[in-house]
Amino acid sequence: MESLYQEIILDHYRNPRGRGPVTDFAGEAHHINPTCGDEITVQVALDADGHLVVGYEGQGCSISQASASVMTELVVGGDPAHADRIREAFLELMRSKGEGVPDDEILGDAVAFAGVSKYPARIKCALLAWMALQDAENRAGIAVGSE
Amino acid sequence: MIDVTLVKKDFPILERQVRDGHPLVYLDSGATSQKPRCVLDAERGYYEQHNASVHRGAHQLAEEATQAYEDAREAIAGFVGASADEVVFTKNASESLNLLAYAFTNATALAARGHDVDSRFVLGPGDSIVVTEMEHHANLVPWQEVCAKTGAQLRWIPITDDGRLDLTSVDRIIDDSTKVVSVVHQSNILGTINPVRFLMDCAHSVGALGIIDACQSIPHMPVDVSALGADAVAWSGHKMLGPTGIGVLWSPLLDAMPAFLTGGSMIEAVYMDHSTYASGPKKFEAGTPLVAQAVGLAAAVGYLTDLGMDEVAEHEHVLTGYALESLQRVPGVEIVGPTTNDERGSAISFTVDGIHPHDVGQFLDARGVAVRVGHHCAWPTCRRLGVPATTRISPYIYNDTHDIDEAVAGIVAAQKFFVGV
Repeated sequence: MESLYQEIILDHYRNPRGRGPVTDFAGEAHHINPTCGDEITVQVALDADGHLVVGYEGQGCSISQASASVMTELVVGGDPAHADRIREAFLELMRSKGEGVPDDEILGDAVAFAGVSKYPARIKCALLAWMALQDAENRAGIAVGSE
Repeated sequence: MIDVTLVKKDFPILERQVRDGHPLVYLDSGATSQKPRCVLDAERGYYEQHNASVHRGAHQLAEEATQAYEDAREAIAGFVGASADEVVFTKNASESLNLLAYAFTNATALAARGHDVDSRFVLGPGDSIVVTEMEHHANLVPWQEVCAKTGAQLRWIPITDDGRLDLTSVDRIIDDSTKVVSVVHQSNILGTINPVRFLMDCAHSVGALGIIDACQSIPHMPVDVSALGADAVAWSGHKMLGPTGIGVLWSPLLDAMPAFLTGGSMIEAVYMDHSTYASGPKKFEAGTPLVAQAVGLAAAVGYLTDLGMDEVAEHEHVLTGYALESLQRVPGVEIVGPTTNDERGSAISFTVDGIHPHDVGQFLDARGVAVRVGHHCAWPTCRRLGVPATTRISPYIYNDTHDIDEAVAGIVAAQKFFVGV
């Protein structure tokens, strides 16, 4: 149990960071996990320096909500390419079936989710916010690769 | 009295250990029941001794397979007080309900082209279809589709805060415009047992057809389909100890309904430009039917009959009462649905303060306790009751108070872990 619910995850679940709306957001995405009803809405904008501003609202299990909180901390203040690199690393970790060795240089607190990759039913929970962010960036026209 | 210790011995899977050596405590029978050895043996025996294509073939095995299939139909019909020529085998209860829904859209489409169809199945703007606010998606989404295709209006009987049907304005919901009333017998999420006989009578009083989703009732209590007053009853095999891949539809109106899936086996005669169809259940069993599954399901109803459905219901009633009391003794646990076992089945949903159901389920799983979490395919019901999701235990014949105690102990441990109380 403790390998899944690392103290970092429980801390982000109990004290979420980055929750709340983004004023004048450029893109927004609402994602649902239809098997369990977890929901998240991510809003995104770029500041004058080209850095991401991200906020979210959601309800769901500790994994999905903590993942949103960790994600926000990691990507806010960086550019979209930076967010994309972290997302790719996180996706790879989630696909690792518990065998992945996370790089804490890139993933920071998100390394705590390594244990989630052993539980197929929970991977979607951990990815929910990340997928919603990608969608919101696409809609804002600021995703990596979009013009 | 059911001797659970003896019953458990009939279910090989209950000897399993899960998650690092924990004995399995299976409390997810509302999703699917486990299978006794006699069901597994029946399927294996069919394949080892009798397997052939049914209703065709001029050889001994074909005869035996056909006999096994039709004997299974007799057995399952007998189990619910029905006549075998009114029992259709489908893939699952969802297909049974879709078959009924398509009877309406197909009749409506055929009528518009001038075909001769039974007018009870023809819908249009100005007609209404009535369901309840506690339907499984399987008895809601197909009717939404019917409404979208025909212009009929979907209505629902609301539920009260404690998870019962609110019947105060039922006579305004079921009115002269109503052509179908399709309701769940026992809620899979709330456990509520609904007054289906009354609702079927309401339907008939305005000339509407009445349909019952009996997925959670037929496995758990004695049900005589003809005494429910319905025009059709749908249920699944895998929730009543039978194999997956088989559902049942009972209806005395089979010959009044247009065909659903078409092709082989369901025909009377085929020409290049048109075909005529078989009568009775065969019309609705296109393609190679579910023979091994039917044989398995017949073994399941044999097992349940030997236990006695009155005994099954009594066992679950006592266990449900015990579970409701045990859960409500835990501070922070709230039952979603009726809190006493009056007119209530064994599916018990609940929330735990400060812990999401997914996390409750995961925590229980780590201790070997298998429960269901989520919206239980009854998302609008959750929304109505203001919960995003619930944890559900749904005990059956092979569960005892020890299993309930294990679940409750797991919940208390989860509270310590997540909330620190």
